[in-house]
Order: sequence, then C-alpha cells, then structure tokens
Amino acid sequence: MKQYSYYPGCALSAEGFGRAFDWSTKAVNKLLDIEFKEIKDWNCCGSVPYDTLHELASFCICARNLALAEKMGGDVVAPCSSCYVFLSRTNTYLKQYPVLKSQVDEALAAGGLEYHGNVKVRKVLDVYVNDVGYDAIAAKVKKSLSGLKVACYYGCQEVRPIFGHDHPEYPKYMDKLVNALGAESVPFPMKSRCCGGSLIISEEAASLDLIKKLLDSAISNGADCMVTGCPLCQLNVDAYQTMVNSKYKTNYHLPVLFFTQLMGVAFGFEEKDLGLKTSIVPAEKVLAKYI
Amino acid sequence: MEPKIGVYICHCGSNIAGIVDVAKVAEYARSLPNVAVARDYKYMCSDPGQNLIKEDIKTLGLNRVVVASCSPRMHEPTFRRACQDAGLNQYLFEMANIREHCSWVHVDHEKATEKAKALVSAAVRRVYYQEPLESKEVAVNPCTLVIGGGVAGIQAALEIANSGHKVYLLEKEASIGGHMAMFDKTFPTLDCAACILTPKMTSVGQNGNIELLAYSELVEISGYIGNFKAKIKKKSRYIDAVKCTGCGRCSELCPTSLPNEFDCGLGKRKAIYIPSPYAVPNKAVIDGKNCRHLKGLAQGKDICRLCQTGIEKKGLPGCEAGAIDFEQKDETVEIEIGNIIVATGFQQFEPTKIYQFGYGRYDNVFTGLEFERLTNASGPTDGKVVLKDGSSPRSVAILHCIGSRDTNYHKYCSRVCCMYSLKFAHLLREKLPEAKVYQLYIDMRCAGSGYEEFYERLQEEGVNFVRGKAAEITNIAEKPEETGKLIVMVEDTLVRRKRRLPVDMVIMSCALEPRADTEQMARILSLSRKADGFFLEKHPKLDPVATTTDGIYIVGCCQSPKDIPDTVAQASAAAARVLAIISKGTVEIEAAIASIDEEHCAGCKICIDMCPYKAISFDEEKKVSRINEALCKGCGTCVAACPSGAIKGRHFTTEEIMAEIEGVLA
Repeated sequence: MKQYSYYPGCALSAEGFGRAFDWSTKAVNKLLDIEFKEIKDWNCCGSVPYDTLHELASFCICARNLALAEKMGGDVVAPCSSCYVFLSRTNTYLKQYPVLKSQVDEALAAGGLEYHGNVKVRKVLDVYVNDVGYDAIAAKVKKSLSGLKVACYYGCQEVRPIFGHDHPEYPKYMDKLVNALGAESVPFPMKSRCCGGSLIISEEAASLDLIKKLLDSAISNGADCMVTGCPLCQLNVDAYQTMVNSKYKTNYHLPVLFFTQLMGVAFGFEEKDLGLKTSIVPAEKVLAKYI
Repeated sequence: MEPKIGVYICHCGSNIAGIVDVAKVAEYARSLPNVAVARDYKYMCSDPGQNLIKEDIKTLGLNRVVVASCSPRMHEPTFRRACQDAGLNQYLFEMANIREHCSWVHVDHEKATEKAKALVSAAVRRVYYQEPLESKEVAVNPCTLVIGGGVAGIQAALEIANSGHKVYLLEKEASIGGHMAMFDKTFPTLDCAACILTPKMTSVGQNGNIELLAYSELVEISGYIGNFKAKIKKKSRYIDAVKCTGCGRCSELCPTSLPNEFDCGLGKRKAIYIPSPYAVPNKAVIDGKNCRHLKGLAQGKDICRLCQTGIEKKGLPGCEAGAIDFEQKDETVEIEIGNIIVATGFQQFEPTKIYQFGYGRYDNVFTGLEFERLTNASGPTDGKVVLKDGSSPRSVAILHCIGSRDTNYHKYCSRVCCMYSLKFAHLLREKLPEAKVYQLYIDMRCAGSGYEEFYERLQEEGVNFVRGKAAEITNIAEKPEETGKLIVMVEDTLVRRKRRLPVDMVIMSCALEPRADTEQMARILSLSRKADGFFLEKHPKLDPVATTTDGIYIVGCCQSPKDIPDTVAQASAAAARVLAIISKGTVEIEAAIASIDEEHCAGCKICIDMCPYKAISFDEEKKVSRINEALCKGCGTCVAACPSGAIKGRHFTTEEIMAEIEGVLA
C-alpha cells in the first residue's frame, strides 16, 4: 500500500462544502491500494485573501503544514486547487529565496518545527494518473461508463503555473482518466478557465458571467455532466446554476461532480459512499444507468 | 639561431591607448629576454605600421615578431602577411590581444596596463618556441553541389552554371521552387512570385551545366574543401523521367484523391501527379504510399493501373509515352565536388501548438502560407479569398508574431512577417474592398528598400492597425454581433483597452523556423547550429556566408529568417565565393594542424572518435592513426585525448602553451 500525507484543507474537512470529494477519494483509494494519512493539527493554507495582506505570514502558515508533512514522510496530497497552489508556491519560493527561507525558519522554530524542503506537493489526480496509471484504473472498473459524455473541468489553478502537467491551456490528463472509466470526454475549450473562485462573494456579476460561459461551452459540446478536481469550481458551477438561469434566462441543469465520484460509480460504490447527494444539481438521472 | 624578437604595441587610436599606458608596456617589453626592439605606434595595421615591422625585420635581423593590438580574428592575417613579405615565415609571428581582452573591458588604467604587460610577456615567451611551418596546396574540383532548390539554391546554381562550371542541384521534393513558388505576390513591389521565379526555374531545367537531382536526398558527405564526395539517394518516382512528357493525362485517370501539399492541403491532388503548374522538372511522380496499385502490389495483388491502361469504355487512353514504371527502385549515386552550398530553407511554425488560437479547431483560422495559396490564382480557389463554406469574408484579422518573439516558442523575430502581413492586407483590400481588415501587431518592423513606404501606403488604404498581440481566438459570443464569428481578443495598447474583434477569417503570420531535418543535415555536413537552431555562419557580420567547415556555405533561410532580396544577395555572394576558389584552382591547407608521431602511436583509436571533423582515419597495415591534413582544423582535441602523447598540435605545442602560461603569470 502506497502512503501519502493528506492535507484536506477547509473544503474537504468534515463540514466543508467539498466533503464529498473527501469521501469519494477515500472510497476510491481503498480499491487502488493507496492510503492518505491526514496531517495532524494542520492549519489553513491562507488561500485567496491572506497572502495579499500578510505575505510573509501566509508563507509561514503554509510552511508549517509542509513541516508537519515532512515529519510524516512521503509526498503531501492537497486535493483543493487553492491549497495546492499555495503550498506549492511556498515550497518553490523557500527553495529559491534564501532570505525568505531564513525568515520562515525563524517562525517555524518558534513553534518547535523545521522544514528542509523534502516534500513534494501533489494533487489527487496527479497521484492517480502518474503513480497508479490509467491501465490500473481501467482494470478496476466494474461498470463501464460507456455512453456518458463528460466535460473535464480542470479550473485555472491546477494547471497554472505549470507544475509539470501536460499543457497549461488545454490539458488532457483528466480526459484520459475519464476515458479509462469508459466514458467519453467531450471537447471543452473552457476547461482551464476561471470559475470566479471566491469572487462570487465580492464580484457576483463577473463570476456569474464566467460560470455561464463554462456551462454554455460544456453543454453546447454535448456534455451530460461536468467533472472537476477543485472544490471551489465544483461549488461555483453547481450551486450558482439557479442564479445563472434567472439572470440570463437560461435553463441549465448540468450536474457537476468530482472526478473521484465518477470513478467511484465506475468502481461500483454506492451513492452514499460517494456523497452524490451533496451537490445541488442532482446527478441521479444522468448516472441512473450506472448505479 | 638565437631568437631575436620585435614587439609592437598598437594604440588603436584611443581604443587601447585611452586605457593602457602603451609607452610603459613597450618599455616593459624591452626588458624581456630576447627582445631586440619594442615600439608603440598609433595604428599598427596601417601601411606605415606594417612597414615598421618589415623594416625592422630587414635592418635588425628580427626572426620573431609580436604585435599587441586587437583580436587575432581581426588582423592576424594582416601581420602574418607583413612578416611573409619581409621574408619571415608567418608562423614566427604571434599576437597579443590587448583590446578586446583588455582595454575594452577594463576601466582602471593601472591594472589594465599591468594586464597588457602580462599578455605581451606571454606572447613573447610563446613566440620564442614557435617554429616555421609550410602550408600545402591542393587542387580544387570545379564542380559544386547546391543543396535545396528554393530561390536561394536556384540563384546560386544559376550564377555558378552561367560561369561555365558544373553544378549539381539537389532537391528533396519532386519539383524545385521551394516556398517562393507557393507565394502569390511579393512585397513591397507586388510583382507576382511565379512571374519572377518561373523564368529562373526554367533556366535551371535548360542550363546544360546544371544537373538537377530532384526528388533526391543527401545521405553522406566525405572529403574536404576542393575534394568532397557526396552520396545521394534518388527516390523512385515510378516514372521514367526521360519518357514522361508532363502531359498530365495520368492524373486525370487516377482515382485516388489526396490533399495537395503544394496547396497546404487546401486543394486536392491525385496519387500520380505533377507537383505544380510550373514544376521543374515537369514530370509526373507517383505517391508510393497512396497509389492503389503499389499498395496492392505489397499485398500481392495487381489492381488499378488506370494511369497505365486508361479507361477503354470511355475512350480514355493511358500513358502513351509508356513512362510509368512500377518496378522503379530508389537509386544511390556518388558525385565528386569541390564546394557545397547549403540552401535548405525553413519550415513554417506549426500553430496548433498554441491552443488558444484555435488553429485546427476553427475552420477559418489560416496560416500565412495557406493564405498565400488561397489568394494565388493557381491555388485551390483560383485566387478567390473565401471561407471554408465558400462565402467571402467580410472581416479579416491578421495576427503578427505567431511563434516569433515569444519566449514559449521562438525568441527571435522572423523578419518577414510584418511585410507579408501588409501584403496580405493589401491583397484583401484589393479583392474584397468591402471587407474590414485588421493588423494586430506588437510593433511594425519594416526595414528594407521601399518597405516603410509600403507600410505608409497600407495605412492610407484603410487597414485597421491595432497595436497589441492577440491573446486568444474564441467562438463564444457575448454580444449579438459576435454570433457566428471568430472573436479575436487583444489588448489594444494604444487606446489602453481590451478589445474583442469579431471577424470571419483569421490569418496567422507564423514564424519561420529551422526545418525539422536541420539536425540531421548538420550532422551529415559537420555544421554547427545557433541557439535558435539555424545553421551557424563563420562570422555573424564579416562572414555570414561561410561556415566553420571550409568549402561549405550557407545561404537563405537555413542561416536565419530573411526575405527574398536578402536571400538572393546571399546566394549570389556564396556563388562568388565558390567561383573565386574554382578560378584560383587550388586551396591552401592550414599548417597549424595536428601531426602523429607514428613511433609512439599505440593504435588505440581514441582520437578517431574524438575528432569533430572526421579528419583521422586508421592505417590497418601499420596499426596507427593517420591525420588527413586537408580536413584537420587544428582544434587540438586529439592532442589532449591521446593517452600516449603521440599527437602534436603544430603551432600549439606543449612547450609553446606552457611558455605562454608562464608569461602571463610572470
């Protein structure tokens, strides 16, 4: 069994809006012979508002998580794209900028911690695709998802800046995973575009415009559902469909799932193991054939 | 005879004397052992400067000379000649570089003077050990190989052939003409590319001194300047080129339709075809991979052959000349030549790599070369500019710098794109006066004879110039007027605003990049490449035609992106260089090369693999390595590699180098 340290972040914690991502990941892991061991006493990654206000503090709190992960050994998996970007950035900067490193070291020392830069920050998708592999995943499929048309939505953070994925503008590694499950991935030009992120709170109109474009692009390309690996993307595109519909006089009903939920369905897990009911736009109809 | 050294310190105006105290350096030189005379002078390279050396050699009986001045790359030949003129062997001369290596890079006068002294001391100690060497001469084969039949190769071949010397013109494709044959008009004069190129192409076909090796590839080169051997593979056309009349009947009979490469795939051709309306040679060729008969043969079936047999029912006869030969095989020929001109050209940047521009996803996004075919009277639409659905575009955006000036792809500027983009805009305004035409540029680079004037003319022709590099092309409409259009997103840096330009057609002015086979060619020809991938010239300013391999020249876009006038000028220059060598009849072989002491050679062959010029071979009888004196460049790699110390680098002997080091440290 391959082990990784696990940084769920707020979204995937017990009360988080992305808890279904956590549940379905853990379900799928069992079949893939992988264990994610949660970091004890992890703290917020400082995503979005914090680094613009207190940059150094933002690096310090990320470094604390990295230091805790380093103690546990192995790579750290951060499922949320924001967590992933913030932890990765801190990790890279600590290697590149010695002055920052010494300041962060001082802060860590106050908490009795140290960080040596030996941790690699990964995403769940990256682990599945590169450590497990498409063939091994395909081998676990009990119910092929053939006939299901999926728009793979990567979001903007996971692919940008490039941390070694295939293409920052038009990635394909999630599409290949979906194909391994037997489903068809539809062309989706907006696959690495922004969903508005937390701007949905402060800049609602701009965010709704972005969400509308995502929905429009996916549906016009024939998608039955959208899958993503980012809890914020899932939340925005799923929960705000009603608002988009009322603002733009549209009639979108596109289920937005985590790719791990889709894997779970193909692997034969039950709906409650995967938290399919936590999303707003119901997926039952689309997935009825396969559950 | 005891060495008697003369030392000359050059002021180079204020270039050296402004930083280095030249009088002090001369005074110091006088104190060095074996120095008979040391002088400083304003310009050593001038006639009086050179005469100073000559006089001293004659009157003082100098037998060694040191000049401390600029880089030996500049004036070593000058001073060597001066010594030679005064009866002193040129290898008894040594140069100290106190300009590029000293005065130009330092600001502290005292330290610079000390460094100049050290460099002079090194040269004086080194020259003490130098020995006279004699250069050899070899005869030159008057035949020339020109690789590549684009406008560069055609020009070079014609220039040489017209002087009465034999040229082999090698072309990979079935017809010569290269990219220029695909173009419509040429900037800034707007004369038609075919009208000015086809006469040259025909001349190549008719010139008795040019042997055209079309549909052929270079396999191997051996030898050295004056005496190269080339191995060439003539690919099978499955056509007897002597019998074929170029009537084109075979193509009409052929049932297999394929994308036409000459039209960038926008039009169709048959599996048996004549490459273009003005092909030279005007002979058919069979696409072996797609011909039904040849594919059938591979599976043991005898099918189709309509081109040969004709269709009796319809009264259509097959090839009456009997030129079709399905049995024809590839053939390898060997030729001997004295010089080689490389004119292999470029390839267009492949814009599918930039996903956000949607080339390949959107129907009406074209590359520059595709647009050339679209607007060309001999092209797939007979010169009508139309969208994929056949309708005329009412708005067109021309995007500059696709793959050029972009750190993700090519950093360099492709030089011709601004101008051909302007030409496209002109053609569009002429053919579709109602259409809106946008130019999206970073900045306009219109340097050349009549180029800026052409730019001004276009500004008056009602073309919309938008200063900004296009960011993305999308088909997702936000406003009703964008529906069904391609929307080009750009930051207009002059009005400081993001703009969305809805257009029907987009033309991408793609970079010119090194051909995919450049690496392979570089290996065959022992050429070096620059960081951008193009072939490296001998000197970027003073010798942009020659290469580091004597007798091999580079012309046209294989050296760097350039327009037609520059290409033709460079081709003529290379031809002139080749003719100079041919007319002299012999070439001098550098004497400062490696030599093997056969007594000490253990026959380990290490040097053979190390030599970058393939100059060392193995004498199987004596079991020793042999250096081909004409090929050796004196790089010294083998000297350093030889485990038994059997190889000596003439003019770079161990004692000479050690003395030089001691001199610097003294």
